[in-house]
Amino acid sequence: MKELNLNELERRFQEKIDKDIKIEPNDWMPENYRQTLIRQISQHAHSEIVGMLPEGNWITRAPNLRRKAVLLAKVQDEAGHGLYLYSATETLGADREETIDDLHSGKAKYSSIFNYPTLTWADMGAIGWLVDGAAIMNQVPLCRCSYGPYARAMVRVCKEESFHQRQGFEIMTTLANGTPEQKAMAQDALNRFWWPALMMFGPNDADSKHTEQSMRWKIKRHSNDELRQQFVDVTVPQAEMIGLTVPDKDLKFNEQTGHYEYGEINWDEFWEVVKGNGPCNKDRIDVRRKAKEDGEWVREAANAFAEKRARKKSA
Amino acid sequence: MSKKEWPLWEVFIRSKAGLNHKHVGSLRAADATMAVENARDVYTRRSEGISIWVVESMNIHASDPAEADSLFEPADSKVYRHPTFYDVPDGISHM
Ligand SMILES: [Fe+2]
Ligand SMILES: [Fe+2]
Ligand SMILES: [Fe+2]
Repeated sequence: MKELNLNELERRFQEKIDKDIKIEPNDWMPENYRQTLIRQISQHAHSEIVGMLPEGNWITRAPNLRRKAVLLAKVQDEAGHGLYLYSATETLGADREETIDDLHSGKAKYSSIFNYPTLTWADMGAIGWLVDGAAIMNQVPLCRCSYGPYARAMVRVCKEESFHQRQGFEIMTTLANGTPEQKAMAQDALNRFWWPALMMFGPNDADSKHTEQSMRWKIKRHSNDELRQQFVDVTVPQAEMIGLTVPDKDLKFNEQTGHYEYGEINWDEFWEVVKGNGPCNKDRIDVRRKAKEDGEWVREAANAFAEKRARKKSA
Repeated sequence: MSKKEWPLWEVFIRSKAGLNHKHVGSLRAADATMAVENARDVYTRRSEGISIWVVESMNIHASDPAEADSLFEPADSKVYRHPTFYDVPDGISHM
């Protein structure tokens, strides 16, 4: 094959993207595309893994066996999501151990929502309903992402997410219809998680530096603000339905646009949490590091066992 | 202390009897037996399969996507391999 120059390779690459032809691991791709994907997919993987912690906190204190089994299954799914995504980063040539070490050293980011504490059982409801709800909004368009392994992982993830949101909403509904104390607990959880959930979609479009290129590469299909609006539009009526109040005094439905208008997001808070100064940032990373260190002997034991089994076979 | 990384495995799942195994993703495991066990937990939590194959990724040999045009070109030019290439007179059935 004759050598193609970089411009020609890039032109052909963009042509494939424009025709909605998926990019697969061994295909030629611009270095920037590869790096952008590695960054995005590994951040996503870290979010799934760190996302297990706030909910894991309540597994042993679930109010009954059904809730416990459900929460356990949900948290186990999140571990699975993390694994699909780490595998997807490996198809791009990223080293799995390095990827994980970047999380533990604080070099890599994950979704800021998981740096908020889970103070009551109602938080399990608010997380499933709002956090998984927002994640679904983000992830559904990613099923059509131009990179094949990421898109396929997202199809699996989205199939599994829908139960996550429903179980959360079920918890909220039950509490909202319960005693006044239970209803107050549900309202309090909504109050604390509403704004951080809106922040999950990332900075306003005007301040989002990667959006344009990611759209051209069809890694991203909708802007942050579009997705956030969509989330507000579907979630506000759900809150009303169960008698809870969205904690935003500026919230109002605009008859003309058919959309809800919502108040100003506290971006200072968002950037503080991203920078590592949220309520639980340090704790989350400490727990992850400890998990890796404590698991070292398990990984070694598995290797030793594999060697022993291999020797037996060849003997 | 040995820091040997577990090798990478490609996972193939047969979703039900009569269908072929299909690639679903990959995972890391110390050996084939553990890879099958991990694949059960990672890829079949909702009864997605009745059979699992795992193949160590380094044993997969793939065609080069950059050579795809020349590799598959011979098939492109042989339209007579398809039944639609042939004229069948009106009134002929079961063919
Ligand atoms: Fe998830
Ligand atoms: Fe997710
Ligand atoms: Fe989830």
